[in-house]
Amino acid sequence: MTQVRRWPRLTFWQAVFFLIVAAGLYATYVRIVYGLGGATHLNDQFPWGIWIGFDILCGVGLAAGGFTLAATVHIFNIERYKPILRPAILTAFLGYLLVILALMYDLGRPYRVWHPLVMWNPHSVMFEVGWCVTLYTTVLALEFAPIVLERFHLVRALKVMRIVLIPLVILGVILSTLHQSSLGSLYLIVPEKLYPLWYTSLLPVFFFISALCAGLAMTIFESWHSSRAFGKQLELSLISSMGRLLAVLLSVYMTMRFLDLLHRGALVLLTPRRPETYLFLLEIALFVVPMVLLFRRKVYTSAPALYGCAVMVLFGFVANRLNITVTGMEAGSGTSYFPKWTEIAVTLFIVALGFAIFRFAVKYLPIFEDVAEAGHRGRARLSTKRAGSMVPAD
Amino acid sequence: MPKGLLYDSTMCIGCRLCEKGCAEHHKMPYDEVIASEEKLSAHKLTAITTHGDKFMRRLCMNCLDPTCVSVCPVAALQKSTNGPVTYDASRCMGCRYCMFACPFQVPTYQWNSRLPVVKKCDMCADRVAAGLQTACAEACPTGATKFGEREDLIAEARQRIASNPGQYNQHIYGIEEVGGTSVLLLAAAPFDQLGVRASLPITPMPLLTWRALSEIPSIVTVCGMLLGGIWWLSHRREEVQAAERKEREEKS
Repeated sequence: MTQVRRWPRLTFWQAVFFLIVAAGLYATYVRIVYGLGGATHLNDQFPWGIWIGFDILCGVGLAAGGFTLAATVHIFNIERYKPILRPAILTAFLGYLLVILALMYDLGRPYRVWHPLVMWNPHSVMFEVGWCVTLYTTVLALEFAPIVLERFHLVRALKVMRIVLIPLVILGVILSTLHQSSLGSLYLIVPEKLYPLWYTSLLPVFFFISALCAGLAMTIFESWHSSRAFGKQLELSLISSMGRLLAVLLSVYMTMRFLDLLHRGALVLLTPRRPETYLFLLEIALFVVPMVLLFRRKVYTSAPALYGCAVMVLFGFVANRLNITVTGMEAGSGTSYFPKWTEIAVTLFIVALGFAIFRFAVKYLPIFEDVAEAGHRGRARLSTKRAGSMVPAD
Repeated sequence: MPKGLLYDSTMCIGCRLCEKGCAEHHKMPYDEVIASEEKLSAHKLTAITTHGDKFMRRLCMNCLDPTCVSVCPVAALQKSTNGPVTYDASRCMGCRYCMFACPFQVPTYQWNSRLPVVKKCDMCADRVAAGLQTACAEACPTGATKFGEREDLIAEARQRIASNPGQYNQHIYGIEEVGGTSVLLLAAAPFDQLGVRASLPITPMPLLTWRALSEIPSIVTVCGMLLGGIWWLSHRREEVQAAERKEREEKS
């Protein structure tokens, strides 16, 4: 024990974080110097891997909490959700920035990422995706701006922001709807390659609804974690009603998926003993189990149970996106794919960056301010936390 | 009139002179090692594949309504009126959606390059524009690959089948597949036995995504109006309540 103390104290998670960052930086070097061939297991038959399937598709989906809550608070005027709006906007903004970062790894020539903005092809879903990412990231930056402006007491700029807020939120919801669904539309072009358990003309609709589920689950997930990390009281009534809404959304989603399989005559595909079948069943289980649980009073009134369900939905969501991008594409492409270590290292690096920046932002920006003022206990805890930081508490 | 290529597997002797001619015209290296690779890659734009005693040729089908042209976000891929599907590397950002989407898995990538570009057969667009035939058709010693007007080639393919029904699989590949292709294939055996995807839809693939894309204007309008309306309603209620409270206070 005494030996360890000589070194700067490192918690387990900090050690993991630095390891991931080191591996990520090395993988970045490999990607830049040896190209996509040196850094990935992609090939001509399988040109899209986990950088698209996880970093981009899941990143965008998990950011869906931002527009859902912005609409809830500002458009539907349900004020009681206000305390969790800012963390959700922060998550969405961060999520989109990290998606763009991931795109820089995946594009063959990342310095041309702006090309779709000037070289148009409105017939391309990717063109729509490019525009949605650009515009919505801008909207998120503007929705996030008041938090920074408040921190530095820029009152006049804040007044301007208040005027444009509602049009901005509406624009954000429209762009998100388009963007979430267009990621599904990307796959409409490969009916002969994507396994029929997943290929359906309803892909854009399913991507949108599952993103709503993921957004809600993500909000529950981060409410739980921030309440633990920053010692603030968990707003149980809020996450409880979100859990119930999630149950309803999940059942709509699952019913639609079932009817779709039924009408396409794809239910027979549940019998062959193939990896696609098992991974499909795993994905469905990760949606159905939390759905059933969340309808039970015992579950939606207990914070740990809600958290567990949210985690299951998040895993279900990731399983769905990876099934569509990897599992479902292998047979049709006539090849198999497993990511190279560098692909995994970059992915973990980006996720770790996300966690680190989130923590940093929450520490130095008034993200949970509203909550602090709402409850005495929360305020006391939060201010000790802030007093300990380098920035003096105001 | 749009040009086309007719490849007749029954006339092919597997000499690979088409591969060589292609490589020469596109200024790419060609040797025995490359000749033995029976698949398309960034250094091989056409390939003869062997299936028992039969041959098949892989090259860009230069579709009439090409999937790659529709999916490219920067319009780097274009369909020429005279047939070829061309690629402008100076626009390409490397998203590889064309490779992902192509029903024939034709476009390939320079995976080990730091500044990669997509590579694919362009039906010798420069030669065709100059009124010449493609390099592969010129190199073919047996006439297995023939260049000409697409209409004429279809007529000729029909005639070859009619005059020799026992020798051919009755299907002319490329007349209807994904809305038709500039390259047409004839063979003795069923196409799926020759490594050609036989079960492609006859509707052009771009329609699949266009159906979703054409919904955008209505989504924007409906979403915008709906959200604006909900905002007005939800805040109006508050305003009315506040006004009523004020009125009551003034009265009392």
